[in-house]
Amino acid sequence: MSAESGKIDPMHQFLIQPLVGEHWQIAGQSIAFTNSALWMALTFGAVWLFMLGGMKRELVPGRWQVAVEGFAGFVTNMLDTNIGPKGRKFAPYVFSLFMFILFANFIGMFPVALVGGHPFAVTSQLTITGVLALLSFSIVLIVGFAKHGLHFFSLFVPSGVKGPMAVIIFPIELISFLMRPFSLGLRLFVAITAGHILMEVLAGFVINGLNSDALWVAPVVSLPSFILMFGVTLLEILVAAIQAYVFALLTSLYLNDAINLH
Amino acid sequence: MDANAAKLLGAGLAAIGVGMAALGVGNVFGSFLESALRNPAAADGQQGRLFIGFAAAELLGLLAFVVAMILLFVA
Repeated sequence: MSAESGKIDPMHQFLIQPLVGEHWQIAGQSIAFTNSALWMALTFGAVWLFMLGGMKRELVPGRWQVAVEGFAGFVTNMLDTNIGPKGRKFAPYVFSLFMFILFANFIGMFPVALVGGHPFAVTSQLTITGVLALLSFSIVLIVGFAKHGLHFFSLFVPSGVKGPMAVIIFPIELISFLMRPFSLGLRLFVAITAGHILMEVLAGFVINGLNSDALWVAPVVSLPSFILMFGVTLLEILVAAIQAYVFALLTSLYLNDAINLH
Repeated sequence: MDANAAKLLGAGLAAIGVGMAALGVGNVFGSFLESALRNPAAADGQQGRLFIGFAAAELLGLLAFVVAMILLFVA
């Protein structure tokens, strides 16, 4: 945030900067340890610690174990209702996906700038959400072709469609199927990016109002902006959870298509 | 018209799409609540479908936001 110049620069927070090893290279490509990598490592560490604390398998579970089992049960339940009994073996993948996105979204919202850190939302980069979406999409393709062979293409002709209609429906369904990884990755990336831009702009209003020379500006501009920002932050916490849920839900729906066809 | 001014105008026009998505998302949740209150017993089983509808409606609004951002920062 460029408070001294008075100009709000909401895109600066998404900049990826190398922290260690600016000159590390493999085949001409930089492999520096960036702030994105740091926050991904922090996310991974947080998920790991969370799971470690709750996997003691006590007969009478404590609070922590109930929390972990709640998340696991939530994902398993989602797979059971959307895929059926065959979906159980995808629980580890969907659970890891859900937990990683959820923790990445939440950790990106932490106000570490108060103690001098540079917050970074991992899921605000299309490269990361895109890779997650491609991972889901490849699993769908692999499972679909391994299970049904070329019969998998019957997914693009809904049951009951015959003759000339099938010729029209097939390309439409095919294109809508191929658009899935884009919509999956884009949704998460844009939702988080938009939220962070909104919060940054409102925070800029608060700080610029406090720094202004005229005394009346602070209560008229900064105070309403601060109250609005409080509400928007709560909304963003909701969005962080909903987007993680939607990503996991859509992944399980696409898996359902691959496993059960229609 | 100045090219820069046209970009800014286009980004502002793209913001209409975000408002349209607000109508769509409101419609999804409103319709769900309306029917959930008529048959609360069946409401819990439909939450997955609720969020699928929400995700589909929201995506189109987010695409409008992407158009605005591309106009502002890329084009």
